[in-house]
Amino acid sequence: MLDYDFMRHAFAAATIVAVVAGAVGYFLVLRSQTFAGHALAHVGFTGATGAVLIGISPLWGLVLVTLAAGLGMGFMGERLAQRDVAIGLVLALALGLGLLFLHFFTAYATQATALLFGNVLAVDVETVWTLLALGAISLILLAVISRPLLFASLQPELAEAKGVSLRLYSVLFLAIVALTTAECAQIVGVLLVFALMVGPAAAALQLTRAVVAGVLLSALLAVVEAWLGLTLAFYTDWPTSFWITALSVAIYLLANLRWPVAIRS
Amino acid sequence: MTAIALRDVRLTLGDRVVLDKITLDITAGEFIGVLGPNGAGKTTLMRAILGLVKPSQGEIRILGRPATRGNPAIGYMPQVHGAATLARLNGWDFVASVVDGHRLGLPLMGKAGRAEIERALDRVGARALAQRPLAEISGGERQRLLLAQALIGRPHLLLLDEPLISLDPRHQAEVINLVKSLQRELRITVLFSAHELNPLLGALDRVLYLGSGQAALGTVDEVITGPVLSRLYGSDIEVVRLKGRIFVMSGGHELEGDGHRHDAGSSHSHRHHHAQSGHA
Repeated sequence: MLDYDFMRHAFAAATIVAVVAGAVGYFLVLRSQTFAGHALAHVGFTGATGAVLIGISPLWGLVLVTLAAGLGMGFMGERLAQRDVAIGLVLALALGLGLLFLHFFTAYATQATALLFGNVLAVDVETVWTLLALGAISLILLAVISRPLLFASLQPELAEAKGVSLRLYSVLFLAIVALTTAECAQIVGVLLVFALMVGPAAAALQLTRAVVAGVLLSALLAVVEAWLGLTLAFYTDWPTSFWITALSVAIYLLANLRWPVAIRS
Repeated sequence: MTAIALRDVRLTLGDRVVLDKITLDITAGEFIGVLGPNGAGKTTLMRAILGLVKPSQGEIRILGRPATRGNPAIGYMPQVHGAATLARLNGWDFVASVVDGHRLGLPLMGKAGRAEIERALDRVGARALAQRPLAEISGGERQRLLLAQALIGRPHLLLLDEPLISLDPRHQAEVINLVKSLQRELRITVLFSAHELNPLLGALDRVLYLGSGQAALGTVDEVITGPVLSRLYGSDIEVVRLKGRIFVMSGGHELEGDGHRHDAGSSHSHRHHHAQSGHA
């Protein structure tokens, strides 16, 4: 399996993205902001297709637009969370615009599926390096702000009283989420970002009680899901994204089944 | 020494003036019960002392210095409303998040940090509790953990926002006794807000009663009187003393019972209705 260049690239890319998605996703679930991750991915679709239209790499379109959207959401803060309808409409518009951009660029019709559902087997060396750089930036940023971010997530009122700016960390964190979303989209596509960002993190939260252990387990689960997904895809010839999503859901369900047992033991 | 000094303070939330022309001094080491109807400004006053709400007029000084955000001399226990996702975490991590929580970096605990957490947990008798996930502990136990959180950083002043909410009388008494012992042993100034006066009668030194934008600070005998409370409620209030308990009545209904509205159970609903109608 690893004799093939494309498989080695796929494994490298998936590993990088899984580690970042697992770690960032843990905080995303802890902060009950999973919807934000989903929303950013949708908005990213517009960015990616728009980028294709003007002739730059879809990855950069994804990164730039999700980052802008993440910062915007962070600045709007609480108010945004209470506007389901507005968010839903913006998301629909984002996907619609993405479709329009694709329409203008019909030569690349397969691009749509790749963006929506991912195409990790098409990742080239250059993209792996880009993902590594972006992943490193995300993880380093997360590590730098993790203590105040955790404080602000667990006890916002007290954190505020102790001088932690809730707004600042909300914005910074959503910027990190945006970067991570853009990376995940390379592996599983914008529609299935949940599989890597939320599934492993939610399972880890079920299985651990301590934050540090939770973050590590979340990253580990994401990597396991990505590797198993790639391996299964290689031998079955079914889409990698399907396998990763299926594994993500399965592990989350298993984690929920395990929970009552863990209490009793 | 004066722990908290307010001089002609006006606090506003949006366009609403919550408190106006408030001047008072709270001496270091005092246990102050902060009372008053919903919306009287108990939480806003605490947030102002924390420097989170700037007075639109007047000055607040804490231990001789102007109130500023992030004052390490103040320990704060906000009202509880934990998100469901947090319930999986153990109490230790919850308390630990406060240690150096405002500093950048990884949330990894050094020896000093661990000792600080253990000291705070021991103070409130919650060392064993801290190993359990938040979802599995009772309301009273959760309040202990929140108190431990407030004690991190060795504050001189404790602001406790409604720590008795949704606790039964036995656990209420436990929390009050615990806070009282902290106040005595650590010589800490305590501001303890509550809906009901009676549970606090044995613990408090003075009462700060808020209402109608005004405040009255004094002993129970000075403040909990018909004339003072009538002024604060803006309606005719009668104070009835019965077997060491004090009832604040308006038009034949007891007023302070509305703290029970926060109870999860519905068994009190009949009584709530009365307490509510007393307000109207």
